[in-house]
Amino acid sequence: MSTALLHTGTHEKKTVLSKKKLLPYWLLAPGIIWLVIFFLVPIYQLISTSTQTQGYGIGTYVQTYRFANFIDAITSSKAQLIRSFEYAFLATLFALIISYPLAYAVAFKSGRWKNTLLVLIVAPFFCSFLLRTVAWEQILGEQGLVIKVLRFAHILGAQDHLTATPFAVVAGLTYNFLPFMTLPLYASLERIDIRMMEASGDLYANALTTFRKVTVPLSMPGVVAGTLLTFIPAAGDYINAELLGNPGTKMIGNVIEARYLEIVDYPGAAALSLILMVTILVLVMAYVKRAGTEELV
Amino acid sequence: MVDASTSAHGDLTLKNLTKRFGDFVAVDDLDLVIPEGSFFALLGPSGCGKTTTLRMVAGLEEPSSGSIFLGNTDITYEKPYKRPVNTVFQNYALFPHLTIYENVAFGLRRRGVKDVDAQVQKALELVELTHLASRKPNQLSGGQQQRIALARAIVNRPALLLLDEPLGALDLKLRRAMQIELKWIQTEVGITFVHVTHDQEEAMTMADTIAVMNEGKIEQMGSPADLYDNPRTSFVANFLGQSNLIKGSIVDASGDNKVVDIFGTKIALPAARNHAHDSSVLLGIRPEKIRIQPAGTSMSGNILIGGVISDASYIGVSTQYQVEMPWGQELMVFEQNDDGTPPLAKGDAVTISWEPIFTFGLAGDQDANAGSEANPDSE
Repeated sequence: MSTALLHTGTHEKKTVLSKKKLLPYWLLAPGIIWLVIFFLVPIYQLISTSTQTQGYGIGTYVQTYRFANFIDAITSSKAQLIRSFEYAFLATLFALIISYPLAYAVAFKSGRWKNTLLVLIVAPFFCSFLLRTVAWEQILGEQGLVIKVLRFAHILGAQDHLTATPFAVVAGLTYNFLPFMTLPLYASLERIDIRMMEASGDLYANALTTFRKVTVPLSMPGVVAGTLLTFIPAAGDYINAELLGNPGTKMIGNVIEARYLEIVDYPGAAALSLILMVTILVLVMAYVKRAGTEELV
Repeated sequence: MVDASTSAHGDLTLKNLTKRFGDFVAVDDLDLVIPEGSFFALLGPSGCGKTTTLRMVAGLEEPSSGSIFLGNTDITYEKPYKRPVNTVFQNYALFPHLTIYENVAFGLRRRGVKDVDAQVQKALELVELTHLASRKPNQLSGGQQQRIALARAIVNRPALLLLDEPLGALDLKLRRAMQIELKWIQTEVGITFVHVTHDQEEAMTMADTIAVMNEGKIEQMGSPADLYDNPRTSFVANFLGQSNLIKGSIVDASGDNKVVDIFGTKIALPAARNHAHDSSVLLGIRPEKIRIQPAGTSMSGNILIGGVISDASYIGVSTQYQVEMPWGQELMVFEQNDDGTPPLAKGDAVTISWEPIFTFGLAGDQDANAGSEANPDSE
């Protein structure tokens, strides 16, 4: 009798326990389902498409496991691929140069204007990415103020242009991804204890040395986050090259877009997309390892 | 980066030093000389201006007026990195991205010192943490961080070492150990230490000279024993330990001992220990100086009769009594448990007495409770 009671007791306990054990999975379920539908399935499809070849009729492809698609893709679009990383690198560099003083000023020198300035930094997000890039076309265009000033100052000749140049593309990329650089930088600078700088000054470091030896190292998590958030989307971007560039400034994003939507070469586009993804992943991993963020954060 | 002012040394002199933040006067016309090689404590409740004073000496805050001299060199407006002054910050402010070794070497490297390695080793040996040289600050305990902060400052052999509540973040036991260690290190290196604290016990344990600060001014300055035994204001009497302050008036000022009338009883007050400027006086006596006996026992010295014990708490080394006097005031009496007799109980009628030489007199127009609410002991 008593053994039976004991038995049911432990049994009930077990079911309660297993219910409790399952709870985290139930809570994770929406996220996992989302990930499967919108990440794993598309990735599988992308990989699968990348080795297909043309079937009967335009836009129909069959799986033939043709890995040479990758070699074809690289040989035909090598220039655009390299250019993408060049432009993304330059845009990241310029964004860093512009953002660091800006984030520094907002974090340490803005006083009661801090919130206003932060809102201003985020303000461009209230307008669509596409519209902002079109606006840059106007700003740098023949009727714009920038070119008039540059021509007046004889920096540019009458036949020189700003739009449809690599300069315009890099400028557009820099501008569009600037908040992604500024915000993480601001966040990590703002977190620095002001006493660190006081301690540095107390230990015979002047303002410049304090900046180099204390402020910059302590803001490295922000630098790493900001450069990644700028570099990754910039490398895959095609809007800026499309609207602000010329045929000679095409980036890998433009090639992929054209293969999907114009040439209807799905395998080629898929192969290029994968190449872009893997290259970015390798670059980012090498970068993060070198920056040693795990030690800094 | 070393220039003339970096090699300045000598007494630290503050002249008419004032700091205002808007309408608030944090430091009010302060005059102070801190002799070279001494362990000096600025003691006061939070907001009394002690940290602001320290920050002005470090160069982290610019005075509104007045000047700061180190020896004969005026350093009032000198940049912090050009002063031969180092600070041990509250919460230490160690650089989290540098190893312990590099933290300690920071000041030496900035000054371009040659034998960095030897000096860092020596500083780490002094605080007995050589084995932690390759760690990062966040891998150290609070007490270890505190010692590294100290090593990082004294490795530079400054003319002046400033300590801003250096032991505030440590637990009681560690604090006691560090107090002794700090005092020993100061004797060892011979650098002038200026120590800011709100903890009277910390100041008394370590400092040669204490300046008690209140509302931007120095209330009294002197050796710990001097301040404790012969306070000049009710603030000092209450902030440094505890005091019984009884209102009275001087009825005979002719002899070496002035005679004070408190509610009908005549009490002797040594003339040298009277700081009242007229006949109105706050008569002071420390609780542990008072003897307590059952009513009717004959006693000598200054005697007060008619007390009734309103509270008695036995705390091991002593028993602390609250004695209600006929005029309604409660006096504190701390009695050593050293005579084998059982402690007196609540409700007992008692007579209390003390040696006249322990009596002190304060100006009668002050608030008898000033400083007691700021005293961390009574928190």
